[in-house]
Amino acid sequence: MRYLFRTNYKQDIRAWRHSGDVFWYGLLIATIMIIPFVLGEFYVGEMGGVFIFAIAGVGLMLLVGYTGLISLGHAAFLGIGAYVNSVLLSHGIPFVITLPVAGIFTAICGAAIGRPTLRMSGLYLAIATLSFGSIVGTVFQKWTAVTGGFDGFAVPTPYVFGVSVEGATGVYYTSFAVLLFVLWMSINLLRSPIGRAMVAIRDSEVSAQSMGIHLAKYKTLVFAVSAGITGLAGALFAHYVRFLAPDAFDVLLSVQFVTIVFVGGLGSLRGAILGAIFVRLLPQAIAIVRDDLPFGIGRLPGLEPSLFGLILVLVILFQPGGINGLWLKTKLWFQAFPFKRQTSGRRQKSYARSERLR
Amino acid sequence: MEDAARLLQLVVNGAAAGCIYGLIALGFVLIYKATEMVNFAQGDIMMLGGFVAYSAIAHWGVNYWVGGLIAIAATAAFGYALDAIVLRRVIGQPQFAVVMLTLGLGFIFRAAAGITWGYDSVGFDTPFTNKTVKLGGLILGDDNLSIIAGTVLLCGVLYLFFAKTRLGVAMQASSQNQLAAYYMGIPVRNVFSMIWAISAGVAAVAGILLSPVSMIDVNMGFLGIKAFAAAVIGGFGSIPGSVIGGVFVGIVEQLAGYYLPAGFQEVTSNIVLLGMLFIRPQGLFAERMGKRV
Repeated sequence: MRYLFRTNYKQDIRAWRHSGDVFWYGLLIATIMIIPFVLGEFYVGEMGGVFIFAIAGVGLMLLVGYTGLISLGHAAFLGIGAYVNSVLLSHGIPFVITLPVAGIFTAICGAAIGRPTLRMSGLYLAIATLSFGSIVGTVFQKWTAVTGGFDGFAVPTPYVFGVSVEGATGVYYTSFAVLLFVLWMSINLLRSPIGRAMVAIRDSEVSAQSMGIHLAKYKTLVFAVSAGITGLAGALFAHYVRFLAPDAFDVLLSVQFVTIVFVGGLGSLRGAILGAIFVRLLPQAIAIVRDDLPFGIGRLPGLEPSLFGLILVLVILFQPGGINGLWLKTKLWFQAFPFKRQTSGRRQKSYARSERLR
Repeated sequence: MEDAARLLQLVVNGAAAGCIYGLIALGFVLIYKATEMVNFAQGDIMMLGGFVAYSAIAHWGVNYWVGGLIAIAATAAFGYALDAIVLRRVIGQPQFAVVMLTLGLGFIFRAAAGITWGYDSVGFDTPFTNKTVKLGGLILGDDNLSIIAGTVLLCGVLYLFFAKTRLGVAMQASSQNQLAAYYMGIPVRNVFSMIWAISAGVAAVAGILLSPVSMIDVNMGFLGIKAFAAAVIGGFGSIPGSVIGGVFVGIVEQLAGYYLPAGFQEVTSNIVLLGMLFIRPQGLFAERMGKRV
């Protein structure tokens, strides 16, 4: 076990806690880089999907986990990113330009929708983003001139500096690079004054405001960043599915994103990635065991969404820290062995906070 | 004349659909006023109520009225249990945890209903199915009129309940100030569960009233999203406001479906909702408290 001695104030805001972090994460990155040479194409494709969802999860984590704002409309941002990227590509604009443009355009959309809605508290925000999501979904269906409507939209193959990004391996490396970029950006954002302001807003809006934090400005900024990151994920998602259908970006997808954040563990970037792994692999796991389940449970049509619902309910009730919380508890158990106390993992007693009079 | 009659017809149909939104919104508002939770599964509870009524009337062969009462009672008991077992545990967690919890519950209800009653649309005979009334050149469906009449009646009953009965006053007291209500000896936790029961019962009424107009199926709960528009127009704290908001949304939706190109009807309620939140987020009927959204 490593003891951290604080010898310097800068130590608290360093991106890495100690050299062990650098080593282990470096090893992880190296492993991920060589995986396509080892595993089959199916697994590489699935992992590409996990990376894309992890990008969106990181975007949403900044909003939900660090700023305490909820959005049930992030599927719409994914869709906007996907369509902007594909439409620009089909006009012959290179991928290295369309990808950032998709992200920036989605961020502007996020700021535009965020500015008026963020005056509201959690509940109204959930409702407003929910209805924003369904409006955008309908626009995708009806604006056939651009999106192709229900005929779908074939996504052109992108080229990065003359090399075509196609197949599972191409999507895998591109999404991994974007994921690393997004993580690097988020880590730096979180240890900057903006990140501190976000956490302050999450913990108490009143006290944040009295410390001189401009609520509307920071909330809009975070909403825009979150939407922009989701837009990047959307651009990659377009290449992952290769054929865009407007009904892919519905409320269910938004709920899946929020499930990533909750199941992974609120308030940790690691949680966003763990949650994405969980949410992407659950349907695969169901598919594998489907035929072996007794009583024909595996063939019930609504199995997957209901399992998502059940897991969400169980996590919120019994494990509010999510997978990340579970990991921290396990680590604590080993570190403190054999001195784990009954009360070590217990939550503080919490009381209802009224939002009525503010 | 032709246009005026057509317009009136649309308004009546819209008002009937709007009453359903209003009733679902009423359920939101009851729970929100008392516990500051929002039940995203309200539409799914309505679906469960509709299915129980279907079982009672079409399978067990009981009378429409008796079957309806059975469904309302069963759904209300379900609502009570839901609060007592599940939702009471999350008091004190952030509000979006409750949002996600009820969303998750909605998915579970949908799957449970699919397993129990199947994924096909079902319906049952009501005294109002396929009958019409002529009112001075206007042809109105009994089913639509029954929805409007049922809503008015239910609102009257609820008003009397909250204004005149001990339990109703206790509910008002505990939603205004929990601590003070505790000091007065009101069992606040049970009262909250009772409010959940009433809200579920109201949802069941909505499901039963809706059944002659549209079939009952598993995805009926998505109506709940439209009901948010109604609740927001009403200011999310006002019971008459939510019903009026519902009727407004219903009428606007019907008119949009007739006068605007295809595709607008589905998003009307969402546009109304967002517009309302941008222009006047406290709603039209908000109580003059210090509350801001």
